[in-house]
Amino acid sequence: MAVCIAVIAKENYPLYIRSTPTENELKFHYMVHTSLDVVDEKISAMGKALVDQRELYLGLLYPTEDYKVYGYVTNSKVKFVMVVDSSNTALRDNEIRSMFRKLHNSYTDVMCNPFYNPGDRIQSRAFDNMVMSMMIQVC
Amino acid sequence: MEGLTLSDAEQKYYSDLFSYCDIESTKKVVINGRVLELFRAAQLHNDVVLQIMELCGAKRLGYFGRSQFYIALKLVAVAQSGFPLRVESINTVKDLPLPRFVASKNEQESRHAASYSSDSENQGSYSGVIPPPPGRGQVKKGSLSHDTVQPRTSADPQEPVSPVVSPQQSPPTSPHTWRKHNRHPSGGNSERPLAGPGPFWSPFGEAQSGSSAGDAVWSGHSPPPPQENWVSFADTPPTSTLLTMHPASVQDQTTVRTVASATTANEIRRQSSSYDDPWKITDEQRQYYVNQFKTIQPDLNGFIPGSAAKEFFTKSKLPILELSHIWELSDFDKDGALTLDEFCAAFHLVVARKNGYDLPEKLPESLMPKLIDLEDSADVGDQQSEVGYSGSPAEAPPSKSPSMPSLNQTWPELNQSSEQWETFSERSSSSQTLTQFDSNIAPADPDTAIVHPVPIRMTPSKIHMQEMELKRTGSDHTNPTSPLLVKPSDLSEENKINSSVKFASGNTVADGYSSSDSFTSDPEQIGSNVTRQRSHSGTSPDNTAPPPPPPRPQPSHSRSSSLDMNRTFAVTTGQQQAGVVAHPPAVPPRPQPSQAPGPIVHRPVDADGLITHTSTSPQQIPEQPNFADFSQFEVFAASNVNEEQDDDAEKHPEVLPVEKTSDPASSLRVAKTDSKIEEKTAASAPANVSKGTTPLAPPPKPVRRRLKSEDELRPEVDEHTQKTGVLAAVLASQPSIPRSVGKDKKAIQASIRRNKETNTVLARLNSELQQQLKDVLEERISLEVQLEQLRPFSHL
Repeated sequence: MAVCIAVIAKENYPLYIRSTPTENELKFHYMVHTSLDVVDEKISAMGKALVDQRELYLGLLYPTEDYKVYGYVTNSKVKFVMVVDSSNTALRDNEIRSMFRKLHNSYTDVMCNPFYNPGDRIQSRAFDNMVMSMMIQVC
Repeated sequence: MEGLTLSDAEQKYYSDLFSYCDIESTKKVVINGRVLELFRAAQLHNDVVLQIMELCGAKRLGYFGRSQFYIALKLVAVAQSGFPLRVESINTVKDLPLPRFVASKNEQESRHAASYSSDSENQGSYSGVIPPPPGRGQVKKGSLSHDTVQPRTSADPQEPVSPVVSPQQSPPTSPHTWRKHNRHPSGGNSERPLAGPGPFWSPFGEAQSGSSAGDAVWSGHSPPPPQENWVSFADTPPTSTLLTMHPASVQDQTTVRTVASATTANEIRRQSSSYDDPWKITDEQRQYYVNQFKTIQPDLNGFIPGSAAKEFFTKSKLPILELSHIWELSDFDKDGALTLDEFCAAFHLVVARKNGYDLPEKLPESLMPKLIDLEDSADVGDQQSEVGYSGSPAEAPPSKSPSMPSLNQTWPELNQSSEQWETFSERSSSSQTLTQFDSNIAPADPDTAIVHPVPIRMTPSKIHMQEMELKRTGSDHTNPTSPLLVKPSDLSEENKINSSVKFASGNTVADGYSSSDSFTSDPEQIGSNVTRQRSHSGTSPDNTAPPPPPPRPQPSHSRSSSLDMNRTFAVTTGQQQAGVVAHPPAVPPRPQPSQAPGPIVHRPVDADGLITHTSTSPQQIPEQPNFADFSQFEVFAASNVNEEQDDDAEKHPEVLPVEKTSDPASSLRVAKTDSKIEEKTAASAPANVSKGTTPLAPPPKPVRRRLKSEDELRPEVDEHTQKTGVLAAVLASQPSIPRSVGKDKKAIQASIRRNKETNTVLARLNSELQQQLKDVLEERISLEVQLEQLRPFSHL
C-alpha cells in the first residue's frame, strides 16, 4: 500500500528508507525530507500540553496531488513517515494506524538486537521483509 | 529466483546431489564436471538441459549455487515429468517425483537405499540409511554398512527400487565411481568424522579442518552432516518414496526391507530429521554450547542478557551485520535475552556461518528454541524428534511433520501468553491465602456475571467490623446469598476500602482475618483479588444509598445498648415526656470533629450506650466549654437515670429518624450518629466532670463506634464517655434548666445539630463513595493492563 516508508532518527537523519522501485526514488526521498518539517510542527504543537498524552500517530501530514504523507512518532522521537498513493482511496485511517503499529513493533524488535547500535542504519532482514510486505501489498 | 519450496524428500535428495557435485565444498558448483554429468544422466535433451541451466540462473552466475542447483534439479524433475519448463513450474507443480538421473544415481541410490534399509539395525530407527541425528558418527556407521552391504546390492535391494532402477540395470561407470565414493565415505565415516577416505571426504576433511579452527567440536561435525547426508540421502529419498509408493513390492524383499517398509513413516521422519544438515545440533555440539552458556550464565534456565551475548559472539569475529542477523533469527521471543535454546541456536548459526554456510532467512525448525515452559526439556532428543527440516535457502515448509514446526511457531507465542497467565494464576492463587472473601455478596450489579466475593480484611482497627461480621459469619458460610449481604456490603465496603488500598499496594495480606473465606463465586483467579475487591466495590456503587442493614441490631442497639427503648418509652410518661420533649430540642448540635462539642447543653445521655470512650472524654472536656451544669449532672445523675433513659429514648427517636433519612444504609453510621447524639447529650453535661465515668452501657456498641476510625465520631464518642456518669445529671438539668431559657435556642440548636449530623453522615457517605470510585478505577486500570498484554499478539 505504501509507496515509500522511511524511518527517521531523532536527529532527523534517515535510518531506513525504502520505496517501491518503480518510481523515481529521489522524489520520495525529497517528500520525506520535507514532511519532517510538518512532523516537527505537529510534535511541538502537541507537546505543549502533556507529553504523556501525545498521540503517537500524527495522521496525514500533507496531501499532494498524487500522494499522501502520513506520520508517526515514537516516544523516543524516532519518526516513521509513510507515503501512500492517493489513488488508494480504500486506505482508511485505521489501516494506516495498524501499519504504523507494525512498523513500530518491528522497529522495537530491531532495537532489541544487541548488535544494533541506535543510530545505525537499519539493516535487519526481518524489518526489511516486513516493510516490503507492506509495500508490496499493492502490487 | 523465486523461493523454492521443496518437500522433505526433495530437500534431502537435492542436498545429497549438491554435496555430490560440490566436490570442492565451495558451496558453489561449477557448471562443468559433475553437474553436467548429472544433468546428462537425467536423460534430458541437451537443449532442455541448457534451458534448465538458464532458468535456474546458473548461467547468469556462472556457477551453481545451492539454490540454483536445487532449482535446476527441480526443473529436471519438471522436465522429466513432462511439464513445460518454466520458472513458476518449480513451485506450482505439485507432487513431482524426484528427478531421475538415469543409470547413474538412481540405481546407485536405490542400491544404497537397499543396503541402507538392510542395515536398519545399524541405524536404529532409520530405514537403515541415516543414523539418528544425535551422532553424526552414527551416520558414518550407517554409511559404513554400505560397505558391508555392498555385496548385497546385487540381489533384492534392487527390487524395491525396481520401478526406478529397472530401466537401468547396468550400472554405468560413473555411477560406480560415484557409488564407490558413497562407500568410501561410509567406510571412512566409520572410523571417524572426517577420516574421509574417499576423494569426497578428503576435500571435505580439508575444508573442515580449515574451517574448524574456531570450534573444535563443531568442526568435526559440521561438514560431515552434508557428506553423510548425501551419502544416505541419495538413497533414502528414492528409497523412502519408493517404499511409500511400492510397499507391496517392498514386501517381497528381505526382511530388512519389510522392516524398512513397516517403519517407512518413521524412517522418513528420521531421515528428514537427520537431513537437517547443518542445522542439526549434535549431542557434542549441544554439550559444548551448554558449557559455553554456563560460562556466561550459570543458571541453565536463566537468560543471557543481550550485552553479554553480544560480547560473546563478537569474539567469533563475524561481521556485526551477520551477528545481527543471527541474533534476529535466534532471539525467538524477541526479548533481548537468550535462553539456553536460543543461545544454542545462535551459537550453532555462528558456527555454521564460520564454516561457510549461508545463514537462513528463517530459523530452522531444529534450532527453534524449546518451549521450555511447555516442554521443559532442552536436550537433543527433543531436537531429534523434531522433524528438522531446513537449512536450504529455499523456504520449504516441512511436509513430513507439519504439525511440529507450526506447533513450534505457535508455542512460543502461546508460551509467552501462557507465561503471563501462569504468573497471573500464581498471583491469584497466592492471594487466595491472603484475603478472605465474603462469598455472600450477591452481585448487586447484575451485569457482572461474576460474583466477586468481597474481601473481608480485618485490620486491627476493624475489629468492630469483625464483630459484625462474626454475626454474619454463620449465615455467610451457609447462605452464599443471604440477605445479610446488605449489611456486609457496608462493612465490607469499608473493609474493602482498606483492603483494596492494601491490595493496590501489592497484594499484601490482610492484616486481620475475615469471617468468611469462600471464593467460590469468583471463577477468575487471575488478578482476582483486586478485581474481587473492586468488583465488590463495583457492586457497592449500586448501594449508593447503602441499603439499610437488615436486622442490624445496632441502630437499636446503639441506642438500646444505652437504653432500653421499650423501657424508656414505656416509662415515658407525662412529665418525662415533657421533659423528654424538651430535651430533644435542647440537644446541642453535633459537635464536628474539629469543633468543640458545641452547645450541647444537655442531652439525656444514655449511660448504657456511652461507654468506653473514657479515653476520649478528656479531649472532649476542654472542647466543651459550653457545657455547663456538669455539676448538675452529677447531682442528678443518680436520680435521673430514668429520665436519662427517657430522654435518650426521646432523643433516639428524634435522632434516628434524622439519621435514617440521611443515611439509612449506613447503619453503623446511624449507630454512630446515635452514639454521637448520645455523646453530645452526655458531653453537654459532664464535660468537665467525671469524664472518666465508667460507661454503663454495654461495651460492644461503643467499642464498635470507637474503633471506627472516624475522627468526627471521636469527639462525639468522647462526649459520650463523659456523659456516662452524668447522664442523670444532664437529663436532670436539661429539663430543669434550659427548658425555659431557650426553647427556641434549643430548637435551633437541635436543628443545627441535626443538620450537622446529616452533614457528617453525608460526608462520610461521600468519602466512602470516593473510595469506591477509586476501587473501580483501579479495577479498570488492571483490566486495561490485561487488555494491553493481550493486544500485542493481535498486532503482530
